[in-house]
Amino acid sequence: MSQSFTPIGQEMPGLDQWDVRHMSQSFTLDGAEVPFTPGQSILEAARNAGIYIPHLCWHPDFPAHGSCKLCVVKVNGRHVSSCATPAAAGIEVKSNSPEIREERKVLLQMLFVEGNHFCPSCEKSGGCELQAQAYDHEIMTPHYTLFYPDRPVDASHPDLLLDFNRCIFCELCVRASRDVDGKSVFALSERGIHKHLVVSSESGRLADTDIDPSDKAANICPVGVILHKRQGFTVPYGQRAYDETPISEQGLPNKETV
Amino acid sequence: MPDSQTPNSQQSALREPTAEQRRHWRLVVEGVIAKHGARPEQLLQILIEIQEELSWLPLKVVTDVAERLSISRARVEGVVGFYSFLHTRPNGRFRVLFSNNIIDRMLGSQTMMDEMCRKLWLQPGKMSEDGLVSIGPTSCTGMGDQGPALLVNGMTITKLTHQRVNLISELIRKDTPLAQWPQDLFAVDDNIQRKDILLNSALKPGDALRAALANGPDALMEEMKKSKLRGRGGAGFTTAQKWDFCRQAPVDEALGRVVVCNADEGEPGTFKDRVLLTRYADLVFEGMTLAAYAIGAKKGFLYLRGEYRYLLAPLQEVLSARRAQGLLGASILSQTGFDFDIEIHMGAGAYVCGEETALLESLEGKRGTPRIRPPFPVTHGYLGRPTSVNNVETLASACLIATQGGDAFAKIGTAQSSGTKLLSISGDCAQPGIYEFPFGATIAEVLEACGATDVQAVQMGGASGVTLAPSEFSRKMAFEDVPTAGAFMIFDSGRDMFEVASNFVHFFAHESCGFCTPCRVGTSLLTGYLDKLSNGYGSKPDLAEIDTLNRVLKSTSHCGLGQAAANPILDGLKKFRPAYEKRMLHQDFEPAFNLDAALERARQITGRDDAGAHILEEQA
Repeated sequence: MSQSFTPIGQEMPGLDQWDVRHMSQSFTLDGAEVPFTPGQSILEAARNAGIYIPHLCWHPDFPAHGSCKLCVVKVNGRHVSSCATPAAAGIEVKSNSPEIREERKVLLQMLFVEGNHFCPSCEKSGGCELQAQAYDHEIMTPHYTLFYPDRPVDASHPDLLLDFNRCIFCELCVRASRDVDGKSVFALSERGIHKHLVVSSESGRLADTDIDPSDKAANICPVGVILHKRQGFTVPYGQRAYDETPISEQGLPNKETV
Repeated sequence: MPDSQTPNSQQSALREPTAEQRRHWRLVVEGVIAKHGARPEQLLQILIEIQEELSWLPLKVVTDVAERLSISRARVEGVVGFYSFLHTRPNGRFRVLFSNNIIDRMLGSQTMMDEMCRKLWLQPGKMSEDGLVSIGPTSCTGMGDQGPALLVNGMTITKLTHQRVNLISELIRKDTPLAQWPQDLFAVDDNIQRKDILLNSALKPGDALRAALANGPDALMEEMKKSKLRGRGGAGFTTAQKWDFCRQAPVDEALGRVVVCNADEGEPGTFKDRVLLTRYADLVFEGMTLAAYAIGAKKGFLYLRGEYRYLLAPLQEVLSARRAQGLLGASILSQTGFDFDIEIHMGAGAYVCGEETALLESLEGKRGTPRIRPPFPVTHGYLGRPTSVNNVETLASACLIATQGGDAFAKIGTAQSSGTKLLSISGDCAQPGIYEFPFGATIAEVLEACGATDVQAVQMGGASGVTLAPSEFSRKMAFEDVPTAGAFMIFDSGRDMFEVASNFVHFFAHESCGFCTPCRVGTSLLTGYLDKLSNGYGSKPDLAEIDTLNRVLKSTSHCGLGQAAANPILDGLKKFRPAYEKRMLHQDFEPAFNLDAALERARQITGRDDAGAHILEEQA
């Protein structure tokens, strides 16, 4: 394609535009003043100030990934991923506007139709971030035609189950296994709509990898792909993670730490 | 010539290899890795070269490569899966890929592919049972001026006719090794139709470098600034500024800065870099060396798209000749401390790698996923080093500036777009080919030059560019009016602009890297709506849905591929709406499928085709 298309942040700015050390320390988010420290992303700064910007692939323990695009905001009239855009003094950020909420809704619906998400029969139901986001965004139907991809489950491992049907490609397991566990058990293969999670064994079976149930990778899936066997449906309805409080409240750091 | 005639390729992927095969596979893996060193950043090159020997990448070979490079097997599998030209299943001793761009299709590629499939008794996309051949479509191969074109085992054949299709089918049926095919089959024309300063250049190897070395790097940067040269890949960033950022970026002197020539010319309808790399390779390499001199780089890469595999050997020869002449290597032109060399890296069928950060990922042997920016490549590029990624044509133009000065260059063109632009002209015109025009030429002037009449539309800049209607033909080709990376596809009044847009959108869906949600899912949803329209089930609400998807793709996609994916339909709905509306038979809601057609599979399984196995329209 040559360079004829130009990614977000297309006009290469003067390098000093990103050098925020000498600038003052706040921006506005939906009208509210948000302080930040240099190097923080818009999402992080907002979060520390008690304002939640919806996200799925972003995780406090990892650098920004920027794939789910749920954290999209408008900065001075232009769309950017708030997890990957450095906060800068004086910018005007819009997040909770009807336009952005509608776009997030479409993105969530896209995630629902490309996989096979049957919440009532899913072990992760009530503790699933995708489902929680859908509730927050008042999604009543998937809207688009379901893709019904054919994704077999992998039950080979004695303690872990992989149900690829629910994958949202946040790559948290890929990153955790590579960067924290030092194992690289997971990776993505193929591309586009055929992209899928693979495990690091010639047989393609999780049992033939060196994953351990205590690995970070085995405990980070925001949806119901990587599950611990014999632990499904143990929490009664009403007491599950997102039954009482929405993800938009739970997704904020502890107030004392701010 | 990658001619894979080893006995291995006849074996099924699922059958356990014999001990002898395992030995052979290991030998090939060892040989290729010995050549590259066990460096993970060479992974893609290693996989490409192993596949050229074995014709496919068996699962055990993937394991071997991972072990030898000490990287995760999953990472290797992920890379193999990303690139269209790599495969973990046998795909035939002859792998035929027909260019599927709209221009090739207009020239009859679809009919010819069907014809070859009939002659060789197979279905598109499937390998023949004897392991002889597979036939399928592929994205634009950069031969729009001499299509329809195909690739056989990676080598290009153009100007397909029924006669040629017959001949090729016969050669395949007789299992004739590619090296023994008539060599004129593989001829590729330059088709240069109009020359200006760049294509008229009579510079000899070393001329531009000598001129630059005489005055020093600061003077070269000064001339570059005066020239106002802007990137020819489409985005139009000022080249001097990019070089300047790279030059000033902090660097680990032991590793040095990097110059990358982006020769991943994948934009459908573009083929001007093909001609520069064929006839003007010295200018391109010299431009890279000038960039290295200006920014202080030690290492250069030319990233060549897999579809131009046939250019690899000639380009290597040019590099060797330049080393022999002291124009590459240590102490270039006897200047102590000016050390620079160039390595060619192959792509393997991934359009998105033309995006500069995806290209850098690919150069590092990874999946071609565009990076988050900032940081930009000028500070953190190849392996984290300051890197200047420039288009083939941009680098070639730098040679003119080094010899004739920036002012002379800036005199040509318009105020904001200096110099000339190579156009790749294809489609409905008398003389398709390469045309060099000064910036500022109008669309009408270009159309007249190539002998196009009765023009309904011009697609400027390829699938990701803009569709221009006749009312816009007085507009100028320039960054300040209609910017272009060089593709110029012409459609006459007989063409269906819905088909054109649909071809482009299917292309984007096929080429989406799948990293971000909107592009991965949105392009597929768009193709679904277009197919629905195409099949006669479209209705008014579908246009509203397309509109919403277009908006979300544009505003939330991670890179330009997703942002541009909607362009063909947006332009189409605005300028060629009747082509869409004539397909919209229904004003209100209409389901996307036909009940009776949905039963077809059940009928096949049960072997029934009687009246009771059908649902008629009135019953439905």
